[in-house]
Amino acid sequence: MSAHETEIRGVGHSVKRKEDARFIRGKGTYIDDIHLPGMLHMAILRSPFAHAKINGVDTSRAAAVPGVIAVVTGELMAQHNLAWMPTLSGDTEAVLATDKVRFQGQEVAAVVATDPYIARDALELIDVDYDALGVVISPQQAMASDAPLIRDEKEGQTDNHIYHWESGDKDATDAAFASADTIVSLDTFYPRSHPSPLETCGCIADVDGATGQATIYMTTQAPHLIRTVFALVAGLPEENIRVISPDLGGGFGNKVPVYPGYVVATAASLLLGHPVKWIEDRSENLISTGFARDFHMHGEMALKSDGTMLGLRTSLLADEGAFHADAQPSKFKVGLFHIVTGSYALPAAHVEADGYYTNKAPGGVAYRCSFRVTEASYLIERLVQNAAYELGLDPADLRKKNFVPQDAFPYESATGFVYDSGDYHGAMDKALEMIGYDELRKEQDAKRAEGKLWGIGLASFTEVVGAGPHKDYDIIGVKMNDGAELRVHPTGKAILKISSKTQGQGHETTFAQIVAEELGIQPEDVKVQHGDTDNTPYGLGTYASRSTPTVGAATAMVSRRILEKARKIAAHLLEVSEEDVEFERPTFSVKGAPDKAVTIQDVAFAAYTNFPDGMEAGLEGSYYYDPPNLTFPFGTYAVAVEVDPDTGVWHVTRMVAVDDCGVRINPMIVEGQIHGGLTEGYGIAAMEQITFDEAGNCIGSNFVDYLLPTAVETPRFELGETVTPSPHHPIGAKGVGESATVGSPAAYVNAVIDALWPLGVRNIDMPLTSAKVWEAIEAAKAGASA
Amino acid sequence: MEITITVNGEARTADVEPRMLLTHVIREELGLTGTHIGCDTTSCGACTVLVDGEPVKSCTMFGVQADGHEVTTVEGLAAADGLHPIQAAFQEEHGLQCGFCTPGMMLVGAALLERNPDPSDDDVRWAISGNICRCTGYMNIVKAIQAAAKATAGAEPTAATA
Repeated sequence: MSAHETEIRGVGHSVKRKEDARFIRGKGTYIDDIHLPGMLHMAILRSPFAHAKINGVDTSRAAAVPGVIAVVTGELMAQHNLAWMPTLSGDTEAVLATDKVRFQGQEVAAVVATDPYIARDALELIDVDYDALGVVISPQQAMASDAPLIRDEKEGQTDNHIYHWESGDKDATDAAFASADTIVSLDTFYPRSHPSPLETCGCIADVDGATGQATIYMTTQAPHLIRTVFALVAGLPEENIRVISPDLGGGFGNKVPVYPGYVVATAASLLLGHPVKWIEDRSENLISTGFARDFHMHGEMALKSDGTMLGLRTSLLADEGAFHADAQPSKFKVGLFHIVTGSYALPAAHVEADGYYTNKAPGGVAYRCSFRVTEASYLIERLVQNAAYELGLDPADLRKKNFVPQDAFPYESATGFVYDSGDYHGAMDKALEMIGYDELRKEQDAKRAEGKLWGIGLASFTEVVGAGPHKDYDIIGVKMNDGAELRVHPTGKAILKISSKTQGQGHETTFAQIVAEELGIQPEDVKVQHGDTDNTPYGLGTYASRSTPTVGAATAMVSRRILEKARKIAAHLLEVSEEDVEFERPTFSVKGAPDKAVTIQDVAFAAYTNFPDGMEAGLEGSYYYDPPNLTFPFGTYAVAVEVDPDTGVWHVTRMVAVDDCGVRINPMIVEGQIHGGLTEGYGIAAMEQITFDEAGNCIGSNFVDYLLPTAVETPRFELGETVTPSPHHPIGAKGVGESATVGSPAAYVNAVIDALWPLGVRNIDMPLTSAKVWEAIEAAKAGASA
Repeated sequence: MEITITVNGEARTADVEPRMLLTHVIREELGLTGTHIGCDTTSCGACTVLVDGEPVKSCTMFGVQADGHEVTTVEGLAAADGLHPIQAAFQEEHGLQCGFCTPGMMLVGAALLERNPDPSDDDVRWAISGNICRCTGYMNIVKAIQAAAKATAGAEPTAATA
């Protein structure tokens, strides 16, 4: 078979994953699998109080335990100016508490020992003298005039308020509401949840006292950004810091922030001259690391009586925890929540938000969501369904009436986003057809007549991902642009080095396919390297569905840059001018003489052995991609549920998800991402919640209390697709990692509310546990009979 | 105290504290890091191994309790001549993403197929209900275990005649 006839497994091929070879054999290298010679083990003492003054920390008993090498306190860290560190939102956060503790689980001291069991034993022998203080566990409590001041160490901070933020046109929105026939409103709380990757966070810091070289193995989704933060925090020269993010057992946003444990382990390694390993246990992960949501939302929609949407306004309270540590673009205080107009041609919108400190863990907005887009999508999709019922319309019809029409793209939303492309009717029609919507509604009527509680819920989400253009998007000032470096070796094989960091998304396969698509080198011949700051180009990492929109684009562009040189070499080999060379992967041929041809592999060999005079040797390049715009994946999800009126237990009988993420690079991987997102969305809708009692004790500190969906409860998913390419992305892809978590919670909840609507139930805050659903049913019944 | 465990068919001896968890014995003393730790509370199943053929969460068993028993970890799943059918099926059906739950899932699946060579969707889901996966939504894990069942059934007549 000639090269011409070999199919290049580029974009659109469900190539089996390259990374699986090691994982199915148990040969992955996760953080806790790494052992360095002379390595010590660190464990962290955490606060039992949510808010308490620290009078003193006595480490003498712990330090006396055989095998304990050192006990690190806030006081010791302060001597090195490391008791506090900057957050990704420009606030400060305690590394080890010195003055007081501000949430339960906050880091107070650390033990470094020869063995992890000994380190944990010694924690129990550290004596901390606390005076408990008043506790704030919600923004409503935080804003009370007599609320305890949480951040009393911050100069000029006189209350618990962090920020006020607005987007959209208030006057135009007020005018829209003044002209409305109907105003529909919804107050709902998007509860605090936790990304809970199956692998917790951890690191091994290895600082060489002789050379100053700091190698830090770390569970991070953003190794380059973390290295820069470390250089700033510790004052270490950035070239001497090497962050290596090994195989990650999931991330979902949990592994973006800088956690105190990383800083303490690094300081300990520096002071002790040994590598220091720190691995969280699950409780530590749940009570202290990046949570998500905790967002109190009020939304109002103005409509004409015929269902035409006129305006939307929202007011929001964000519970940020004790330190403002959101990982999000610095310009936007509640992330990209202003995507809240969703899929609808809403002429006017206004968003206002306030953030507050509380005595809860910091590090918000993570969990498989591009910067609060999931909260926005949830609010608009819940409002739309309620509006439909208030107006006596079918929720599918109300949506279709108000969708941004296909011919209106690029479409500028009332809050200033320019949607790149969309076909909202197409995705909706497909979802309705797949689930058999009209028949299902008839069946629902029949079941209702029998007294059964059946519900159908829809969500037609529009997401915004791929941050982003340098003009508007940065984190702590670093522009959100990402790089790719590609080197084609003499034998025609290649290595691609990227700034993103896979956590299971399959970058080692997908990005090789992009090179295959552009250059005709098969994906198995392209090694993809990531997660090592010494050996990859700079970039902000993998979260917010940004890898394909940014790094995927950089990969396509560096491939094209290399192709330009390859064409010149091909012309040299074929002894024709460059203009006479045609490229059809993987072959360069002479126009009009297709038999005169060389392959990309021939060209690669010539790049090192037989290149034209005056040309540099080699076939390699790099590219930093600055996205011209964000990308806007969308879709329609349709869910059918049956609710048991006697127990409140609800069961998903159908779940149809039609996603349009633009061009699909590896359809198998895309579908896997959607399955995962639909499951996490289900968990959020049905069971996941981190709660606190009045004393600020975290309820939900283990997987017995913080429930995650197992295979038994998880719905069976039916997937569909439409493809509307992004016009500005080099290969038309939009990103898909988070669409399903963004879109699905509203679909599940809408289905349950739909089932209970005739009883008078208008809202149940997530998670919709059977107890809460049962209570809502009982309350509705009591209200009806009163 | 000194214990001897037959791990993946090979007798291994270790001198461990009585409180040391089996999962730490396997990972730290025997160097088999394919067995992972996800929750510490017997909830997630990332640490699942087979003890005398039965799935056990090795974070909730002391190493000394395994003294004299047979333990199979993911490293012992494959035969010398290639992958176990369940390993091949997990790759073929995209039954894994981050890979962290995968060893436990495959061992539970392999144990299921030993007692039920043709499991239904529900059979598989109940069998793996003690194992949490955060990435895949279980759809392709179920497919993979069922595909492995089919592959095993298809291979058996050949093996019997060989």
